Amino acid sequence: MRYRKERLDRGIKARCEDIFALSSWREILYLLLPRAVPVLGLLVFPLLKGVVGLYWEKVLVITCAIGLLALSWDLMASVGLVSLGQALFFGAGAYIAGALNQAFGLSPLITIPMGTLGGALFCTLLLFPVLRLRGVYFAIVTLILPLLFGRVIETTKVLGGTEGMSGLSPLPGIWFELYVPVVALLIALFGFRRLINEDYGLVLQGIRDNDRAVMSGAINIYKFKAQAVFMAGVVGAFSGAFMTHYYQFVGIPAFALDYSILPLTCAVLGGVGSFAGPTLGAFILVPLSEVLRAFGTLRVVFYSAILIICVVGLPEGVFHYIQRKYHQFERLVEVE
Amino acid sequence: MRETILRVEGLSKRFGGVVAVEDVSFELKRGELLGVIGPNGSGKTTLVNLITGFVKPDSGRVIYQGRNITGKMPYRIAELGIARTFQMVRPFYQLPAYKNLIIPLYSPRVRRLRGGKYGERDDVAVDLLEEVGFERDSFVPYKVAASLPHGYLKRLELARCLALRPELLVLDELFSGMSMSEVASTLPIIERLNEEGLTIIMVEHRLRELFRVADRVIVLNFGRKIADGPPQEVMESEEVRAAYLGSEAES
Amino acid sequence: MIASIIVYGLVNSAILALIAIGFSLTFGISGVANFAYGGFYLFSGYLTWMLLKYLGLPFGLAIPIAVLATGLLGFLTYWVILLRVRGIVLSEVIATFALGVGMLEFFRWKGFVTYEFTLPYFAKGTVMIAGVPLDYQRLIIIGIGLALVLFLCLFTHHTRIGLSFRGIAQNERTAISLGIESDWTAALSLALGSALAAVAAIAILPLGIISINVGYDVLLIAVAVGIIGGLESVAGILVGSLILGYAQVITGMYLAPEWTMVVYLAAIVVVLAIKPSGLFGKFKELEERV
Repeated sequence: MRYRKERLDRGIKARCEDIFALSSWREILYLLLPRAVPVLGLLVFPLLKGVVGLYWEKVLVITCAIGLLALSWDLMASVGLVSLGQALFFGAGAYIAGALNQAFGLSPLITIPMGTLGGALFCTLLLFPVLRLRGVYFAIVTLILPLLFGRVIETTKVLGGTEGMSGLSPLPGIWFELYVPVVALLIALFGFRRLINEDYGLVLQGIRDNDRAVMSGAINIYKFKAQAVFMAGVVGAFSGAFMTHYYQFVGIPAFALDYSILPLTCAVLGGVGSFAGPTLGAFILVPLSEVLRAFGTLRVVFYSAILIICVVGLPEGVFHYIQRKYHQFERLVEVE
Repeated sequence: MRETILRVEGLSKRFGGVVAVEDVSFELKRGELLGVIGPNGSGKTTLVNLITGFVKPDSGRVIYQGRNITGKMPYRIAELGIARTFQMVRPFYQLPAYKNLIIPLYSPRVRRLRGGKYGERDDVAVDLLEEVGFERDSFVPYKVAASLPHGYLKRLELARCLALRPELLVLDELFSGMSMSEVASTLPIIERLNEEGLTIIMVEHRLRELFRVADRVIVLNFGRKIADGPPQEVMESEEVRAAYLGSEAES
Repeated sequence: MIASIIVYGLVNSAILALIAIGFSLTFGISGVANFAYGGFYLFSGYLTWMLLKYLGLPFGLAIPIAVLATGLLGFLTYWVILLRVRGIVLSEVIATFALGVGMLEFFRWKGFVTYEFTLPYFAKGTVMIAGVPLDYQRLIIIGIGLALVLFLCLFTHHTRIGLSFRGIAQNERTAISLGIESDWTAALSLALGSALAAVAAIAILPLGIISINVGYDVLLIAVAVGIIGGLESVAGILVGSLILGYAQVITGMYLAPEWTMVVYLAAIVVVLAIKPSGLFGKFKELEERV
């Protein structure tokens, strides 16, 4: 009696596009559940704040902030730009929002959008010249720019210097605080996924895979790269601008390496290019890092180890692994 | 007299210490089919790259339809109507064949040319594939590029160019790696395109097929142009024969 | 006044150049941006310190051991980690970056920041140059800097590996193809770059204490010099370090020492806007992608 392992695909009918997906309740549920459950869960979670306690609600907000950064990283990675400095977007959005609030007393409802757009524009303009160069240059530049900005602010003491700007206006109400990041995360997640699946996304991925072929197809790849950076910038800067008002403070830590490494780790762990992967990665790593807070800086060593292991050993990421397991199952079959 | 569509003047390029192309000049009239031949390493691909913007020349000019396009970005040159194939075919392997064509169909040039009745890119892509020899009304255009044999991938390259509705088509060794039957079925397509008015430059090693369709042929050796004329005349030249005897020529 | 600017500017430039050479060399030969550079720099410093402190080795023995060990570390980094992800820009970048950060934060966690780690000077004493006092250590640094630049010039003109630093190809085919170096060349380039990092560390760290921030700063400097001067040319390293070195000294004297960081940032932004691949950078846009 000998057995071999057989791997089968599940629900193929349902996974085709078009009408087959609606052919039965089972198919519909098969497709719907993995999407609906987390979304509903996220939307419901803030309502449980009485039960779960404010601490975990805080973790939720931070998770969403990091998740947004991870999504913005993933968009840039989808066009072939490896960023080692999401903190640049985060810090730019954070400081613009904070400065506007402190200098002009504008309400968060104005400073957050302005920080978002301003931060995105600023970063896109800054990074624009580097888009023409080899991929590694982009990584190099994004690595040092946030660090440099941090140092500059520290030494020139502008924008609050080392102490930062504190006492900024709070967000209007606890429901705003909890739901805006969650909704923003969901919009970014599903928005980017839709974008990638459209023809536009095909162009972006083409640029990543074979840019000279795309160029010979009469497409200005730099324009598309810039657009991708801008969109990623919007999401990243929003995260920064929002968190400024959440903490009611903005300082040099907004440009810290943490805001670059953590989203990167979430994305690599979760699965680069899938957008759902980085989100999943954020929901794994951020709560985990809160729990591991006691270990101090060893956490970063931990992230680094994960990064190296994932990059070398598990490049597809957790999300793709789970997806594969959901769509396929293995069973032992008798060999004749 | 047909107008000159392309004029190449004194193009030169060296890589480090190696001379790839040296002082090459020629003219191309609209509707001509020009062959470019020469032994390996004679600079044919570099010449193509120089014309299509993938490499900047050290000196010389490329004038297309009266415009100086020397050293412009490849996508600008493609936008103006010059499409090229790549010798080393690298499609997007994990995509279906027809999806490979979506990207050129997404370009501003195509949007401009196909105008209001733009239609679904997917349908246009499938039509294009059938035009270059993918079986009509079959599932072949929908197959993933990685599963297609080499000959089909080459035709996919051709389709990628045609998607742009080019006015000048530059084929860099389109037939290399194709079987005899594949060449036999693709050559009439090239002929037809040329008859319909498409100007074509063909870099080739397979001289027999090339000579059947070419109006004119130029020969490169060590980066220099050593002959320029109708196919028969060129093959009778002493210098050309010497150049080929010095290295293997596939025919 | 002028004399001290010239002299201190030279010292500063030499320091920056020393730091930048290793990173630039690795990148120029094999296209690998070794983001773990800062980690290697500190590693060699700590190793030397431990060799001196715990094993009581003489300085003359500890130095070569540390340099070789760091070079070996670079070599191993390639074979163990980078080999598997070669060619995939994303993974290469992340791998070295994670390694660097991991090393630095590991050192921080281990408490290397609480002790006063110092390395001894090569020689003590001062000398007067044009009326400006200069200690021997700094003089030696200038000397090492000049020697390394000279070495680099010879190396990149006369050895095969060095030639690839200048992008000299053997024939058209190599020039046209993407030219990913053989693994041995790449591994050696990493070893060489790391060893140079160790040399720089041992020469420069005596000037201050070994602290974690130095690790990050070193990467910053190497990258800044590379961006400004151009990452793949000897002239670029020279020019980049001279510009930044003198700019730092001048702003330090006339404005305030804190403003040097602003100078870095401003210089980078300006260079990016005008000539993104660096003043002497090869215009590596399309030429190598055919």
